[in-house]
Amino acid sequence: MSSSKSTHLLNSSKTDRIILLVNKVLLGLVVVVVTVPLLYVLLGSFLQPQILATKGLSFNPDHWTVDGYIRIFQDGTIMRGFFNSVLYASGFTFVAISFTVLAGYALSVDDLVGKKFFVIFFLVAMFFNGGMIPTYLVVRSLGLLNTPWAIILPGAVGVWNLILARTYFKAIPIELKEAARIDGASDLMIFWKIVLPLAKPIIFVLALFAFIGQWNAYFQAMIYLDDRSLYPLQLVLREILIQNEVQPGMIADQLARAEMQKIAEMIKYSSIVVASLPLLIMYPFFQKYFEKGVMVGSLK
Amino acid sequence: MKRNRMAYIKKNWVLYLFLAPALLSVFIFNYIPMYGVLIAFQNFSVTKGIWGSDWVGLAHFTSFLTSPNFLQIFLNTIKLSSYELLIGFPVPVILALMLHQIRRSGIKKNIQLVIYAPYFISTVVIAGMLFLFLSPAGPINGLLGLFMNRPVSFMSEPDYFRTIFITSGIWQGAGFASIVYVAALSNSDPQLHDAATIDGASLLQRIWHIDLQVLKPVMAVLFILAIGGIMGVGFEKAYLLQTDRNLPASEIIDTYVYKRGLLAGDWSFGAAVGLFNTVIGLVLLATANQVVKKLKGETLY
Repeated sequence: MSSSKSTHLLNSSKTDRIILLVNKVLLGLVVVVVTVPLLYVLLGSFLQPQILATKGLSFNPDHWTVDGYIRIFQDGTIMRGFFNSVLYASGFTFVAISFTVLAGYALSVDDLVGKKFFVIFFLVAMFFNGGMIPTYLVVRSLGLLNTPWAIILPGAVGVWNLILARTYFKAIPIELKEAARIDGASDLMIFWKIVLPLAKPIIFVLALFAFIGQWNAYFQAMIYLDDRSLYPLQLVLREILIQNEVQPGMIADQLARAEMQKIAEMIKYSSIVVASLPLLIMYPFFQKYFEKGVMVGSLK
Repeated sequence: MKRNRMAYIKKNWVLYLFLAPALLSVFIFNYIPMYGVLIAFQNFSVTKGIWGSDWVGLAHFTSFLTSPNFLQIFLNTIKLSSYELLIGFPVPVILALMLHQIRRSGIKKNIQLVIYAPYFISTVVIAGMLFLFLSPAGPINGLLGLFMNRPVSFMSEPDYFRTIFITSGIWQGAGFASIVYVAALSNSDPQLHDAATIDGASLLQRIWHIDLQVLKPVMAVLFILAIGGIMGVGFEKAYLLQTDRNLPASEIIDTYVYKRGLLAGDWSFGAAVGLFNTVIGLVLLATANQVVKKLKGETLY
């Protein structure tokens, strides 16, 4: 990439340079458009509600408050949702990864008897599905409604991920396995001691995507869970942000209706921050893995 | 021959053990629901089960297709997703081409860091932000107030629904979607650019004839996938962004299935509408695959 740098500079015509400049300006604009709404929410969450309602954003420190956050912590609904989400996302990730990696490895073995059948079995599941209602009925008849399992089990095996894992395992040189076998290692040993350590990158990438996907999901929880104490964070947020139902514990004080309205607005801003910040802070550390994951995916 | 197979399975039983959880789970959560699609042709009652319920043939399909709101729901689905595809699909490609021109990798990394970020925000939060920003007292109306004297109530106007849906989708996803194309571009051959430059090709010509050609195969595959998903696009967000008043534009097949099938407990009708949706999606996928195959020789399957 950088080798062509010098020639680009030498040969670029005037129009080329203008285009490059316009390009930079446009990208700068894109960055602004992406950041402004996020910063607005962040600032809004620290502003006294009456200020935000009347004056909009203010950088005057006298107008700042952490009241929104205090109210969220006092009520506990969001915190419980947070805890449930950690549980569901970790459980889902664990189940999804172990099922996917084990099956992906088995399918990567070249002489596996019945491989064709298994591959077709999974591929069909990728293109056809029963749809929302029949799937709901299955979950219901298994007695999973209102249990964390309804979130953790369905959808744990993504066929696309299975293909990714299989492709990755296929790239591991067969000689490694054969050498180990000659040394007397069993299949299990080979998998555990040789294959798994080599597969760490793909496992990590799949796990990240599974965790983030489940952390941000609300729909399964909405249809499978009635019990409010089981609600994941996103469902709690849905009540606050979309259905305008701020929990009573967040507005305990006796206030005028208009006042309550403003505080409710502030709580919305704070809860957006509480829900989004953990992932937004963590993701830059994982960014290179996402890129790696995409590379693995495009290998095919 | 059979003996050999049994011997193989016996010797490699561990592999089959590895397969078992995934097979079982796909069987339960993907295959049994496929069989459950049969209830679309019945008046399904939970107490009687699939074998005990009465068969009604295509009655639910006919009642959906002839219902007065069918055309609106169907067109809403098609419009929403095809606009999203036509407007949203090129944006990540353009973004990647633009990013590729940034030679300083530090700056490029930082831009990427920022534009990927919205992808990590949940649909619920995105919808919540839209309600906050677009409310009559919200900041967008505050800005518009400088030019107009009456606030627009965006979320209750059917006319604005598609624009809001698609624009916010691009805001959230385009940056992250560009990652694939950026990766593909980084594999392109710099010597081609050098050669073209020596031959006097301008920057735009090189982007058109070299960079874009590198992206074509990736674009083809992603386009086919996107068309296959056209009937299921954005259901979760559409549901969150629905208000009583924007329903004329926001009711799509999937939200309708959810309301009729699950909320109202009309299982069979919901399953029939869902099946209708799936079949159209599959037909679209197959057609797109055929068309692209004819055009370019790139296929998904």
